[in-house]
Amino acid sequence: MIDPSAASVVPTTDPSTYLPAQPITGDLTDQMLETDFWTDDLVASAGIPIVDVPFVTVGGGIGSFVTVDYLRIAGVPTSQMRVLSTLDFPWQTYEYLTRVSQVPRPERIRSDSASRPDNIWGFPSYGFAEGVKKFNPKVLWQLFSEPIFADYYTPKAGNVFEQLERESKRINYDEMLVKGLVRIVRRRYGGGYFTILTPPAGASATKRVAFRSQYVHLAVGYPGLKFLPELQRYRTENNDYQHIVNAYEAHEHVYERLVQKPSTVLVRGGGIVASRILQRLMDDREKFGAQTNIVHLFRTYITGTNDGYGNESDPRPGGGRTRVTMRRRGGNGWAYQGFNYPKSVWGGQLKAQVRNLEGEERAELYKRMGGTNTPWRKLWQKQMNQGRREGWYNCVVGTVDAMEPSGDRIVNHVRTAHGVVPIEVDFVIDCTGLEADIAEHRLLKDLLEHGGASRNPVGRLNVDRSFELIGTGSGNGAMYASGATTLGGYFPGVDTFLGLQVAAQEIYLDLNKRGFCKKIGPVRSTVQWWKWLAGSTP
Amino acid sequence: MLPTLNGRIQTRIFMLVVFGGLITLVLTPMLPGDPDYRTTYLILAAVLVLGIVWELVYHVIQQFRWEKDWPTMFGLITALNEGALVWLLLDLELVPGIDYPSDGVPFWAFFIDFTVIWLVVWIWTNGPMRVPFIRWRFFGGRIV
Repeated sequence: MIDPSAASVVPTTDPSTYLPAQPITGDLTDQMLETDFWTDDLVASAGIPIVDVPFVTVGGGIGSFVTVDYLRIAGVPTSQMRVLSTLDFPWQTYEYLTRVSQVPRPERIRSDSASRPDNIWGFPSYGFAEGVKKFNPKVLWQLFSEPIFADYYTPKAGNVFEQLERESKRINYDEMLVKGLVRIVRRRYGGGYFTILTPPAGASATKRVAFRSQYVHLAVGYPGLKFLPELQRYRTENNDYQHIVNAYEAHEHVYERLVQKPSTVLVRGGGIVASRILQRLMDDREKFGAQTNIVHLFRTYITGTNDGYGNESDPRPGGGRTRVTMRRRGGNGWAYQGFNYPKSVWGGQLKAQVRNLEGEERAELYKRMGGTNTPWRKLWQKQMNQGRREGWYNCVVGTVDAMEPSGDRIVNHVRTAHGVVPIEVDFVIDCTGLEADIAEHRLLKDLLEHGGASRNPVGRLNVDRSFELIGTGSGNGAMYASGATTLGGYFPGVDTFLGLQVAAQEIYLDLNKRGFCKKIGPVRSTVQWWKWLAGSTP
Repeated sequence: MLPTLNGRIQTRIFMLVVFGGLITLVLTPMLPGDPDYRTTYLILAAVLVLGIVWELVYHVIQQFRWEKDWPTMFGLITALNEGALVWLLLDLELVPGIDYPSDGVPFWAFFIDFTVIWLVVWIWTNGPMRVPFIRWRFFGGRIV
């Protein structure tokens, strides 16, 4: 569910489902909350039942999925692992976010052909499978000639979900899934961890259940996606949740209205989500005759080659312009890049480079290769060019000083280089994707305060090269984290399909050294690949 | 494939030794102009040594690419420049150790062996290699 007044736009669990109003036995005590290391007696005396399992992963999204997938292939039986999650299936949140941000199942996501969360080998790639299965020479040519003569091949969202479902059945994912909410993981006196799960009402005789494990893996996803402050203020002050929407919340009503009545929409942001929303608006003009005028507000308008600091001549530390060896294509406001990181972060030069950088230097490279960007796609270029020509797609550069209602419409006072300009529109779609601080996630906040975890140079969770959370070790136990919460570490592309697999591989290797799973050497790997192909259990 | 310079060189050596070695072993007796094993393996060695130099050149080109990548297509079409250079050296009898026949090394023998090896290696590196070696693609293409 989404609480319309909440600052986060990612669906949160309805607290009433997970926190029964009637006090029942087996709850956390004040003494527990204040203690960094818990003894078995402390937990038992609170009346919380203890479940023993060597490995738990918290989150239950794609990050947890690829990690247990790796471990299953490395020979770990389902009885040794538990996935603690409020989700029914791993791609639930991902599918929600892609669907509302205008990538329904038939559309293509922004991901490389060989980034397959359902296949640790990435072979056959999505594109190769699509091209061969349906014998589609066009797809094969695209794979061969990308990105020089064709847009990058990207898989269809629906195909990704279907394949994940297949793999989830193959590894018996459901046997490992335990539904519930996790807000606390504490170190155990004597080694390992206690992970406190709050099961749904009625699922357990006690309010909490403790999982005692040697290893914990956290993949809780984005700590939260926020609205821009001025948008949030407008929504609450004017009690208007219809005309100002975030791209990551359900906002189909906007498109329905636009088809019925000629209107003006302000789109804010210059990333992939803005591209997607523009495509939907422009598609609806073409398909349903919508008379939509689009005003596109960029904070940073990219005019040509650029890097994470902005245009060629924008100020950057150490002065100078973009480096000849570090510049990205751009134009018409956008910075163009195939995927959310330069491709070599997943295995090439940039991956190797960042792995050896510390502190400031690492943060600097992140900044230089970062910045909002979107792929250059033929269709999008065609649509935007048409819009510019026909006058219904216009760009503005600046920031919004204030917003006020004007009848049914909204006046945005936009601060531009030429002063403040009022822009009156019917709808505002926020595609800026402002991310919340990790401390806004209760579990992560607790780990920072009581679990020994710390922040990396970018402010997220500090993990080492094997994705172990630095400072959280407990006896013979280890705690790992992967995904968006670890951005800024020794490996950059963490919040991507392939990044989750890179993390899973490092975690599996570390667990192998600790004797928890088998080594996936060339023979095991090949045998397991054939099992994957045949669809038989690992 | 997005390897580092070190990974590219390692992968190239691995591929040419394993696939190049096996394919040359099988193909040599069938090649036109009857080249002997000594000749075909010396040519293979020349391809390998020159290939390492080529990798340095490609590495410099990569630096000008934002993504630091090497598109799939490049991996195939670089057969043209690499093959041409080796042939030129053979034609000028500059590859050492070969007993050059009076009418030179047979072109079609070189062409067939080189093309088959290149195609097999290109296909293998763009997919199947990831099956036995799961760490390879995330490790910059390094084998050790």
